[in-house]
Amino acid sequence: MSEVLVLVEHTAGEVKKVSLELLAMAAGIGEPSAVVLGPGADAAVATLGDHGAKTVFVSTDLAFVDHVVVPTVDVLAKLVAEKSPAAVLIPSSADGKEIAGRLAIATDSGVITDAVAVSSDAIATQNVFGGATIVHSKVSKGTPIITVRTNSIAPVQSGGTASRVDVDVDLTALASATKVTNRVSVEKSGRPDLSEAAIVVSGGRGVGSDEGFKTVIEPLADALGAAVGASRAATDAGWYPHQFQVGQTGKTVSPQLYIANGISGAIQHRAGMQTSKTVVVVNKDADAPIFDLADFGVVGDLHSVVPDLTTRVKSHK
Amino acid sequence: MKICVCVKQVPDSWAEKKLTAGDNTLDRASADRVVNELDEYAVEEALRIVEAGEGEVTILSMGPAEAADSVRKAISMGAHAGIHVVDDALHGSDALATSLVLAKALEGRGFDLIIFGSESTDARMSVVPAMVAARLGLPQMTFANKVEVSGSELTIHRVTDYGYDEVKSALPAVVSVVEKTNEPRYPSFKNIMAAKKAPMETLTLADLGLDAASVGLANAWSQVADFAERPAKAKGTVVADDGSGAEKIEEFLVAQKFI
Repeated sequence: MSEVLVLVEHTAGEVKKVSLELLAMAAGIGEPSAVVLGPGADAAVATLGDHGAKTVFVSTDLAFVDHVVVPTVDVLAKLVAEKSPAAVLIPSSADGKEIAGRLAIATDSGVITDAVAVSSDAIATQNVFGGATIVHSKVSKGTPIITVRTNSIAPVQSGGTASRVDVDVDLTALASATKVTNRVSVEKSGRPDLSEAAIVVSGGRGVGSDEGFKTVIEPLADALGAAVGASRAATDAGWYPHQFQVGQTGKTVSPQLYIANGISGAIQHRAGMQTSKTVVVVNKDADAPIFDLADFGVVGDLHSVVPDLTTRVKSHK
Repeated sequence: MKICVCVKQVPDSWAEKKLTAGDNTLDRASADRVVNELDEYAVEEALRIVEAGEGEVTILSMGPAEAADSVRKAISMGAHAGIHVVDDALHGSDALATSLVLAKALEGRGFDLIIFGSESTDARMSVVPAMVAARLGLPQMTFANKVEVSGSELTIHRVTDYGYDEVKSALPAVVSVVEKTNEPRYPSFKNIMAAKKAPMETLTLADLGLDAASVGLANAWSQVADFAERPAKAKGTVVADDGSGAEKIEEFLVAQKFI
């Protein structure tokens, strides 16, 4: 069975959930091999083996975090040349897409981004135009290089052990042409990451103010252990920070549960959330297009319904 | 300082978008065509850098004949010249081919900075800036929400999931900017008039020394096998709030095992 390379995203060896999902997806195509690079990478080997990786290629070199994407591309390009894998799976993050794009050039291969499923013969399923259209695509030259969205498949704990192979980084002048001189963490809310969250509680124009987000939307999110999202109307009004915008020009989310409060559901917003598994809507306007996506909807004032719901959710703990 | 901003003409991001039956490419006629919204941030950033010192901003776009309108539109924000690569053989080009064409068009023109929007609102791949950097062998300074040029040194804030990385490189470099990096200006009447007279180069594949066999739908590195509209969602339950709205949502969430 041919190998499938999975690029692992991690923070100092702590593996992100999407990487374990990709190992499960890789197992449907061939034999999963993980590639984990950067400081702390060796701490990830056991977890990766436990989730289906047969081989783990490891380097703890600082180069992978000190320079923008190129050192990672160089290692992957070398592995592709040596192993001729059936496919390379990469998380659909900003870094991941850029790595995939450059790897495609380096290996003269096709690249597909934002897949939500990949078949055994490496045909990718994508939800394009915000999920309005479902596309099947295949790579026709070189090695299929596919970036995959978070929450596309459940991780599988196999209880296996991976064999570790150390890889070298050969730092080229081009790779070191960018230099990360400082890493700045912005204050974390303690809530799950919007693009990874299983539940998203979102607010729109109907929330009315930044105060509304603080006193109505955030408490429901916290009661559910959810991430907070916002429509463009709300972020443009300055009620909630732009990085939480869900929509065509913001984040695309696909959680198990999406609760849309005071959001009308213009295409701009629907494009970012319509692949959510279950959608609950609270909106005063019975004609709001967002109700077309609702599995359950309440026509009413979010300022009374949502706080009541928050209290009720808390009572289930 | 010579800056080139690469822009893409896309369907309006507020419009429904479709693929064309037959060749599975974007149906460009089904929606109004506009300059990709994120590219306006790139133009604004370029203008600010030039205005803080000196220099010229050139707009480059690859696309069908109508894309010339988007080049003029971007110039009308205050840029100086335009380059439009147009060739029937380009129809259906994928990101690899697009990056090849843009890199060829940029090569040898002595640009100190090449700036992109970080993604287009139609394809949303976010790969072309990185690919162009790779093809030109230039530093990849992408996903910036802050761009600073000091002499021949470039500093950006590269947006990450934990905040940002401060990244430095020498010039020339390839930059992409994220949404809200700045506040793109509206074209002034004076600049709209000036844009009509701004020099515009129109280039074909042959002008770039590229073979039609290296681009276009038939030569793409990946193909769309088929596509389908997402089936409309079965209508869910919608109730009017009579004071029991929250309770009904609670019941639904319990039944679905969310709480």
